Amino acid sequence: MSSAAQRRTTPLGILTRLAAVCLAGLLLAGCGVNAIPTKEEAAKAAWAQVENQYQRRSDLIPNLVETVKAYARQEKDVLTAVVEARAKATQTRIDASQLSDPAAVQAFQAAQDQLSGTLSRLLATVEAYPDLKSNQNFLALQSQLEGTENRIAVARRDYIEAVRDYNTELKTIPGSWWAALFHPEARPMEAFTATPGSQTPPKVDFGQ
Amino acid sequence: MTEPRIRRRAGDTRRPRQSVLAALQAGPCGCLCRLSRLALLAALMVAAPVLARSADAQTFPALSGRVVDEAGLIDPAGEAALTDKLAAFEQASSDQLVVVTVPDLEGYDIADYGYRLGRDWGIGQIGEDNGVLLLVSRDDRKVRIEVGYGLEGTLTDALASTIIETDILPAFRSGDYPGGIDRGVDGILSVLSGDAAELQARAERNAGWSGDDAVGLLFGLLFVGIWVVVIGGFLMVTLARLRGRKIGPNRYRWLGMTWTIANAASPGHGSRGVSGGGFSGGGSPGGGFSGGGGSFGGGGSSGSW
Repeated sequence: MSSAAQRRTTPLGILTRLAAVCLAGLLLAGCGVNAIPTKEEAAKAAWAQVENQYQRRSDLIPNLVETVKAYARQEKDVLTAVVEARAKATQTRIDASQLSDPAAVQAFQAAQDQLSGTLSRLLATVEAYPDLKSNQNFLALQSQLEGTENRIAVARRDYIEAVRDYNTELKTIPGSWWAALFHPEARPMEAFTATPGSQTPPKVDFGQ
Repeated sequence: MTEPRIRRRAGDTRRPRQSVLAALQAGPCGCLCRLSRLALLAALMVAAPVLARSADAQTFPALSGRVVDEAGLIDPAGEAALTDKLAAFEQASSDQLVVVTVPDLEGYDIADYGYRLGRDWGIGQIGEDNGVLLLVSRDDRKVRIEVGYGLEGTLTDALASTIIETDILPAFRSGDYPGGIDRGVDGILSVLSGDAAELQARAERNAGWSGDDAVGLLFGLLFVGIWVVVIGGFLMVTLARLRGRKIGPNRYRWLGMTWTIANAASPGHGSRGVSGGGFSGGGSPGGGFSGGGGSFGGGGSSGSW
């Protein structure tokens, strides 16, 4: 900028140069040079929340299985299916860096959907056991499971929104320029696809 | 003082651009994008989808107080008593509990409606997320306790379910809506105040300034500081020219220093009118009630009668 500032370092020259550097930073930040990493981190955080809630559901299952077993030992098939589906879902993990890999995301989703399916089958069989249905421990687990399914739905929706935001940033004009300049490795992330099994929590009405 | 020079150099394009930008102030780039027409174009492109998105958001009832009785289930006296109870509890704990009754859920699932309403209103203190909604839908005959992130550990789903089943639903089934709501609120408050030490700690954490206000102020100061430097620089140059002794072409002696004034000493000129960082207070007890900016993640429980 000022040629005087380059020639001599008066206090004013230093100040002006400092101001110019700060201003350049502000201008760049104001025009979204940081938007891609910011939105990527936001999407990853939303993903962590999704995993967190699925983990929470996974943690509830052993207790649920034990409680059901105490009343309905003969429903072995369903119980085994739940335990197996849980084991598979626990093994199928995704690293935050794999979120742009459609196959990895689909595998994760398939494993969780499988678990959702077996869980709703388990809750349906419980219908036949009035003692179990009125068991306090079971009722508490039931409400926790409902709450967790609900949290999963919220976390998934937040993740889908965060991914949409990030992908839009990558593909639309100022963002795609910044991506080409500074983040050539940035790839769009994979969102969930709506599947009937996991969108609606297993509904079993014990009220009636 | 430097204004006439700038205008002469930049010609006629400067004026209209400023007015367009003034209209664009709400956009993400704000007034900072004065670099070029390209930047302006980028600002327009970014602003358009943002504006379009906010238009199709669902409309929720207005947060008129701690008790929002859209369905008309509570009498005025009961509403006043409830409001006092809830305000006193926020004073003691900083937790925000809001009772809301709606005629219907506009076809949404009550859990879905509940968390979005809580987020829309921002019930609970920001960062603490200690808000609770007691949501009653009259025509759907559904009730839900929606628990903010920060209280999920205290008011668990199982406890929320117990409150609904034992305190609220029996009264609702016999048609006593104010009684059910009152008992439900008492149940929630007793759970939340169960751990007195934690309650106290939460109240102290949220007394006065919250961390986000401090960060906002810091950025505000930084921003002001930069502008003080920039504007101060121009002022000094101008003063040097006016008050100093001329010792050569564009060179002045003032305050014992030699000031050389270059032609293009105008970084970021004309970028005035940028507003400072916004401040949003926590919930203000009494009088006008507003959410503190808390968030919800689907915790809580529902029931129907």
